[in-house]
Amino acid sequence: MLPGQQIFDFGWIAGHLDSIFLRIVQHLQLTVVPLLLGIVISLVLAVWVVRQPRAYAPVTAVTGLLYTIPSLAAFAVLRPIFGLTLLTAIIPLTTYTLLILVRNFSAGFSAVPAEILEAAEGMGYTRRQRLFRVELPLAVPLIIAGIRLASVTTIGLATIAAVLGDAFGGLGQLITEGIQNFFPTKYLLGAALSVLLAFAADFLFVRIEHLVTPWAHAKAGAR
Amino acid sequence: MGDVIGFFTDPTHWEGTSGIPNRLLEHLVISGLSILVATLIALPIGLFIGHTNRGSGLAINLANIGRAVPSYAMMVIPLPLTLSLAPVLGYDPGFGLTFLPIFLAMTFLAIPPLLVGTYAGLRSVDRDLIEAGRGMGLRERQILARIELPIASSIIVGGFRTATLQVIATATIGAILGGGGLGRFIFDGLNQGLAGRTSIYAGAVMVAALAIGVDMILAWVQRQLTPRALRKGRRPDRPTPITRLEAATPRSIPAKLDPL
Repeated sequence: MLPGQQIFDFGWIAGHLDSIFLRIVQHLQLTVVPLLLGIVISLVLAVWVVRQPRAYAPVTAVTGLLYTIPSLAAFAVLRPIFGLTLLTAIIPLTTYTLLILVRNFSAGFSAVPAEILEAAEGMGYTRRQRLFRVELPLAVPLIIAGIRLASVTTIGLATIAAVLGDAFGGLGQLITEGIQNFFPTKYLLGAALSVLLAFAADFLFVRIEHLVTPWAHAKAGAR
Repeated sequence: MGDVIGFFTDPTHWEGTSGIPNRLLEHLVISGLSILVATLIALPIGLFIGHTNRGSGLAINLANIGRAVPSYAMMVIPLPLTLSLAPVLGYDPGFGLTFLPIFLAMTFLAIPPLLVGTYAGLRSVDRDLIEAGRGMGLRERQILARIELPIASSIIVGGFRTATLQVIATATIGAILGGGGLGRFIFDGLNQGLAGRTSIYAGAVMVAALAIGVDMILAWVQRQLTPRALRKGRRPDRPTPITRLEAATPRSIPAKLDPL
């Protein structure tokens, strides 16, 4: 901060609404794309793991190991390989979602009681029909809980992708530029918006969780 | 690949402020300090709410809020304060620009998993055991020390494990603010263009090795602390979900706990 400078300059914000909005959109892109990719990959892995229980331990070990690698290291290693393309940011952000998503998805699938599966079989459902009509709907609460945790994590990690360069942008870019120029308004705004975005995502999925699982919170008071 | 090995065998990378030993020491010091302070704050509170079950809703909600704050944001939010307090409290402005905000962010981020892990650990103890302890005439303090803590210790270490990972990763990001630590090899490399490649790879290898190594040590400790009867086989037999309660500690808490 330079001497005599205001900590928060609302005039600057009013004059830069366009570029701030662009950063928010970029951040959403950095969050939504890895999240969708992570969901697709995790669904496949979870279905495989539920059918092939021996695969569960290695799959969680590998996703757990990926989760352990600090994000700055992951982004930095991929940058020389993929250059300043979106892939460099998307790949690590996707792999970080896998641990949470695979664990919750596979737990959701295997939580379906055996009687229900047998009933579905008795009704003549094929494996595919059983998956889409019985197992997936019953697994929905845990699936959404996993997506919620993964989305908040991804929003946080996406701020660090800004270190890779302006090409990815996102709210982390506001923070980085603000720090480089000793301009508190910019970095505080970037920080505040990323916190808000994380809370908004958390709140959104809690609402969805409630909407699709009305039975879960009816008995929430009783332990 | 050969370049990276060359980086490690170059003797100039092993001496001075920007040498590997000093950067590793910086990383370990700031990580250790913030884990220590976070434990001093979170452990007593976690033990209290876990033992009494009072204020648990508030604590879990606060921990969930803490979990949602991006670490990079957390690091710059205290900056105006730590910078303007420098002349008042008489510390070096550089300290207020790097070490102090990074340390505060790391401590803040380490508290939720520690708090939730401690709380969840104590709540996982069978109520009948506690009643039996009371029946035997144990005082509350003794119940905590002799029944609850031994049974809960592996889950508490699980929270500690998540907190440690979080802290090591955040110390890495601290390099963006100019803080010390192994992240500097990565961040300085990113600023050197093509010439910085080797430094980036070497830094990434060291950071990942540190995180994975520390995690493996703590996983071993966690296993040793798990009561023999509760130990699972080498491979978990059925998938366990990450519940709302263990959101702050995604890899360590058994899922049989009720989601809150």
